[in-house]
Amino acid sequence: MPEDVPAIELDGVVKEYLAHGETVQAVKGVSLTIGEGEFFSLLGPSGCGKTTTMRMIAGFEEPTKGLVKLLGQDVTNVPPNKRDINMVFQSYALFPHMNVWENVAFGLRRKKVAEAEIKQRVGDILEIVDLTGREKRRPREMSGGQQQRVALARALVNRPRALLLDEPLGALDLKLRQQMQTELKRIQREVGITFVYVTHDQSEALTMSDRIAVMNDGLVEQLADPREIYERPASKFVAGFIGTSNLLSGTVDAVDGDLLVVRLGEHDRILVPGQAAAGDTVDLTVRPEKITISTERPEAGLSMVQGTVGELTYLGTYNSYAVALADGTEITVFQQNAIDSSTTAERGDTVWLSWRPQHSYTLS
Amino acid sequence: MRRWTPYWLALPAWLWLAIFLVVPIAAMASVSLTTGNLIDGFTQTFSVSNYSDAIAKYSTQLVRSLVYGGVATVIMLVLGYPVAYWIAFKAGHRKSMFLFLLLLPFFVSFVLRTISWGFLLADDGILLGTLKGWGVLPQDFHVLATTVAVIGGLVYNFLPFMILPIYVALERVDPRVIEASYDLYASRLSTFRRVVLPLSLPGVFAGVLMTFVPATADPINAQVLGGTSNTMIGNIVQTEYLVNNDYPTASAISFTLMAVLLIGIFIYARALGTENVLEAAAR
Repeated sequence: MPEDVPAIELDGVVKEYLAHGETVQAVKGVSLTIGEGEFFSLLGPSGCGKTTTMRMIAGFEEPTKGLVKLLGQDVTNVPPNKRDINMVFQSYALFPHMNVWENVAFGLRRKKVAEAEIKQRVGDILEIVDLTGREKRRPREMSGGQQQRVALARALVNRPRALLLDEPLGALDLKLRQQMQTELKRIQREVGITFVYVTHDQSEALTMSDRIAVMNDGLVEQLADPREIYERPASKFVAGFIGTSNLLSGTVDAVDGDLLVVRLGEHDRILVPGQAAAGDTVDLTVRPEKITISTERPEAGLSMVQGTVGELTYLGTYNSYAVALADGTEITVFQQNAIDSSTTAERGDTVWLSWRPQHSYTLS
Repeated sequence: MRRWTPYWLALPAWLWLAIFLVVPIAAMASVSLTTGNLIDGFTQTFSVSNYSDAIAKYSTQLVRSLVYGGVATVIMLVLGYPVAYWIAFKAGHRKSMFLFLLLLPFFVSFVLRTISWGFLLADDGILLGTLKGWGVLPQDFHVLATTVAVIGGLVYNFLPFMILPIYVALERVDPRVIEASYDLYASRLSTFRRVVLPLSLPGVFAGVLMTFVPATADPINAQVLGGTSNTMIGNIVQTEYLVNNDYPTASAISFTLMAVLLIGIFIYARALGTENVLEAAAR
């Protein structure tokens, strides 16, 4: 993918609203670039500003400050019908009075594309989304998954510079959602269009994206690829929002090369990469599946903490332990379901938890 | 048997309709085919000539009523649609207040409202009198007892019945569907023509029905605001019934009007209510 001219560029974008006489900042200054052909996700809880950010890219909202650029061109004040960007709406927003074919042809007709070409392109895109033969159906006569694909086709047929998707799978049930995730990824590869995907579902973002911008409170907390976001969350918020995370807080006992030695309880010794001085308090995180649970003291060189097993939950492919440390901190540990389905410890047992230093991170 | 409960609950209404609507209509249909007069009594003769006589005698008023009703309906549509649109999309949190204002005139009796319009439009009344005093209008200018006054009264009295159903239809249009249209390169005008208008057509249909039918049959506006040359079919029915006591003729006129309106509505429904129009709009 050519990185020189980004498909979409946001430069210091701020959006303010007037609500009940007070100015509210929905987006507090977002700058990011999305590469051509990239599958880019805006991920965050509701109210984090991700939808507002996307609506500014689409042209439905004008930023209070900042610039929106499309392929290097400033489109900040260009209305949506003049932008080469199309959108797949959360509830699909199909035209209820038109059949599938008319819905999909709508954009091309407005652009005054020749009828023969419209026919060709609508036919092609319906084939890609696997809706050939359903041209005459009305949206209300179709299932959620089919409507979803009509919405996708209606946007993609225009060959936009970028496609914006606003929680497009939110209304589907789990099975269909997973199917559509794979499907979306396939379609994106096939058409090679930049996708900007807005979601609050972290697993969806992790599965499909090339890069993810995790948003919170109107700002981008972290922008990285899924692996990085998951393995190395940059902030407490990201660690908490993406997957299950254990957050620990302790005092730096010593600095050993580029590792900090953090002490929690009497027998606990945590080694974590980071920059701090002895005596500092640090927050750190470690993923539940990176932790080994054992009844014997682990080998030196690992981070280790001691605790008591509280809840033990059987979750099919894995077991989840809730282990309480001496200071009351609760740590979640996932243990792959063993061949003989045995568990290492039972409720009330005292156990050791250990993990490699490089699997934990200090948080800002 | 719980599943019969809805039927039992609906039964009184059905009975009410059967007794007070179907029975009188049937009785009227029967009367419309009788001959005789009030003094000698009416006898059932199945005389279809009642109809042909009535139509021959009152075709002018019948046509006039349809024209007045039609013109008033078109004016109401032109005036009412923007109001409905504005309340549905632009009134924000004050929507219910504007809807209430729209219904406010109904707290005053229909006849009284029309009579006060009469005062307003009187030759030397508040409006015309003042304007004449200022020299804006010539002294012999008058509105009362003209076609304009009658159609104006019809528009005034039935306008809310046009606005409300259109408002309801527009209110149900998903704003995201409108956004989708903008997103797909449609201009504001094009979005209105291809998306908003077609989706509001059911409301337009209901509005036209709810205004055209009563406006065409209305006797009050012609009586209060019109002159001798503005007599509508409703006035004829009234006169034949209450003054001339010619029940067969009055019934025959009523049924003729009903038939004409039903046929008109049927044609209109075929034109507007079917998918063809919607499909044409989708292009």
